[in-house]
Amino acid sequence: MSSSHSALSALRPGVLTNEKAIEITGMNKWFGAFHVLRDVNLLVKRGERVVICGPSGSGKSTLIRCINRLEEHQQGSIIVDGTELTADVKKIDEIRRDVGMVFQHFNLFPHLTILENLTLAPIWVKKMPKKDADEIAMHYLRRVKIPEQADKYPGQLSGGQQQRVAIARSLCMSPKIMLFDEPTSALDPEMVKEVLDTMVTLAQEGMTMICVTHEMGFARQVASRVIFMDQGQVVEVNTPDEFFKNPQHERTKLFLSQILH
Amino acid sequence: MTDMMSPTVSFVRPTVIEQKTPPFRTSGPLLWARENLFSSPLNMILTLLSIGAVWWVVPGMVQFMLIDAVWSATSSKDCLADVVKHPVGACWGFITARFGYLVYGQYPDAERWRVDLFFALEAFGIFWILWRKAPFKISGFAYFFLVFPVVGFILLSGMASIGLPTVQTHYWGGFLVTIVISTVGIVASLPIGILLALGRRSSMPIARLVSVVMIEFVRGVPLITILFMANVMFPLFVPEGWRPDSLLRVLVGVGFFSAAYMAEAVRGGLQAIPRGQYEAAQALGLGYWQMMIKIILPQALKIVIPNIVNNFIGLFKDTTLVAIVGIFDFLRTIQASLADPNWRSSQMPLAAYLFAALVYFIFCYGMARYAISVERRLATGNRH
Ligand SMILES: Nc1ncnc2c1ncn2[C@@H]1O[C@H](COP(=O)(O)OP(=O)(O)OP(=O)(O)O)[C@@H](O)[C@H]1O
Ligand SMILES: [Mg+2]
Repeated sequence: MSSSHSALSALRPGVLTNEKAIEITGMNKWFGAFHVLRDVNLLVKRGERVVICGPSGSGKSTLIRCINRLEEHQQGSIIVDGTELTADVKKIDEIRRDVGMVFQHFNLFPHLTILENLTLAPIWVKKMPKKDADEIAMHYLRRVKIPEQADKYPGQLSGGQQQRVAIARSLCMSPKIMLFDEPTSALDPEMVKEVLDTMVTLAQEGMTMICVTHEMGFARQVASRVIFMDQGQVVEVNTPDEFFKNPQHERTKLFLSQILH
Repeated sequence: MTDMMSPTVSFVRPTVIEQKTPPFRTSGPLLWARENLFSSPLNMILTLLSIGAVWWVVPGMVQFMLIDAVWSATSSKDCLADVVKHPVGACWGFITARFGYLVYGQYPDAERWRVDLFFALEAFGIFWILWRKAPFKISGFAYFFLVFPVVGFILLSGMASIGLPTVQTHYWGGFLVTIVISTVGIVASLPIGILLALGRRSSMPIARLVSVVMIEFVRGVPLITILFMANVMFPLFVPEGWRPDSLLRVLVGVGFFSAAYMAEAVRGGLQAIPRGQYEAAQALGLGYWQMMIKIILPQALKIVIPNIVNNFIGLFKDTTLVAIVGIFDFLRTIQASLADPNWRSSQMPLAAYLFAALVYFIFCYGMARYAISVERRLATGNRH
């Protein structure tokens, strides 16, 4: 499998140059007249794993989508690894290259094979030779434990396998930060674990990540901090232990009582 | 069986039930006829009526087109009943005698191999693109949309430096012109139509405005009007002293016309692509054009292949309108041949127009079949 000249030897996980991975200050966002994010302040340090939870419609997705500019914020600042997000397209591209994102509905490219899904961005964005991109893709497919699916199309895989492919696809770009938006909530129960396991491994290797998830077991196991959002605001931030054992805010208590039976 | 009868609540199947064939026949011509032709009284009546219609039409057609037909002739006299000594149906001799003119127009005899080669190159390109398992699909598109148009143009109009004598376009005619116009319509309309469709959905107001105005203007005007306008107005836009020939003017008009319709077809496909596809591409750092070319368009175009082909069918038939601005397309050369004193006869047009209809039908039906097969494939969820 391994060749003497190996793309893998050159493969290093992305390393944040700044101590502050993501710094969000006084950020506001509106959808039309609807104030969806209200004065959000959030500092994520290098290597931190932040879990965001909160009721539906509280703005969790919108918040993390602002970090790679899938949504545009209107006030305040977002600084990712020292680069501030502005309308500057170059900077947006730079940040997107460093920030991987995993979606609730996987969003694999259905017309491409699994391998092509993984190599597309390295080849076209990073201008990597195809051979190297293939090698790296296979490396990550092995890591998410589905190398044998490389030549299939996304439609032929189970939901859990698709989501693991989606994670591998992000990893192929050697991101410095990973964003997860409810990566397991579209999955059948028996597939949740295989995806969470992948994420736990990633967390243990020191990846800086922000996960929107209601998987409280996962939060307990890997989160450095849990953030609770409601109505576009950060309502409570705490360590997972304190957060679950000793929630302070009324809304947090109500929310936890609803999801922990 | 027995285990289900037992009154206990718990149940564990001790053995696996093997798959068996069904007890009744699921295929065969009789069953097919019963299910498709005679499934209800109404269906039965329709079937009988259809059989009656076929019975009534087909023998006459066969008599006219085959049994009583005259297969070779040098003038309309050879197709007179007095001369051939039997009732005369279709005078195919007219077609065979005028065949060269119908295919090549006035294209010089000695150079007609160039037209044949042009047809062959085009057929090759079309098969390359349409044949699903063909190797080097991308090269196939590059060939058809880039190489073939240039080579075809040089081949047909000539290039003295490589020893191909120039053949001016007013010598071109017949089927050649029909094919040239529809090919240019197709080759030009796809890229321009895609750009217009992207422009219409773009976030840049200027691009959007230009696209919308172009598309809606062209779609709001009949092709004939556009042909007249291209004929009259196009020369105003080119440098003085250069008189674009009339075929070129028509080609520009047809190109814009088909591009506008193509844009709307493509837009339909673009709308069907979920937002998540755009977002995933953006999140990976792909730029706008990379995202469109690699992710969005391949999926969008695949969905609308049937619509695109339907546009092509319409375009192919609409090429007959160019006769109005003095271009000798296939249908026009048939008419011109009928006006030839040598071939003037009251029954000649029957065979001539039958032949024209047959030719148009074969091409349009071929395209329609292709569209249907793609539609079926997409409906079964095989999107590769
Ligand atoms: N593109 C949009 N235009 C207008 N309103 C939007 C848009 N996207 C989201 N919203 C609204 O913004 C609010 C926050 O949405 P968001 O998707 O961020 O919530 P969420 O916390 O992720 O919820 P969920 O748990 O359901 O995913 C919701 O009320 C939603 O209806
Ligand atoms: Mg959400």
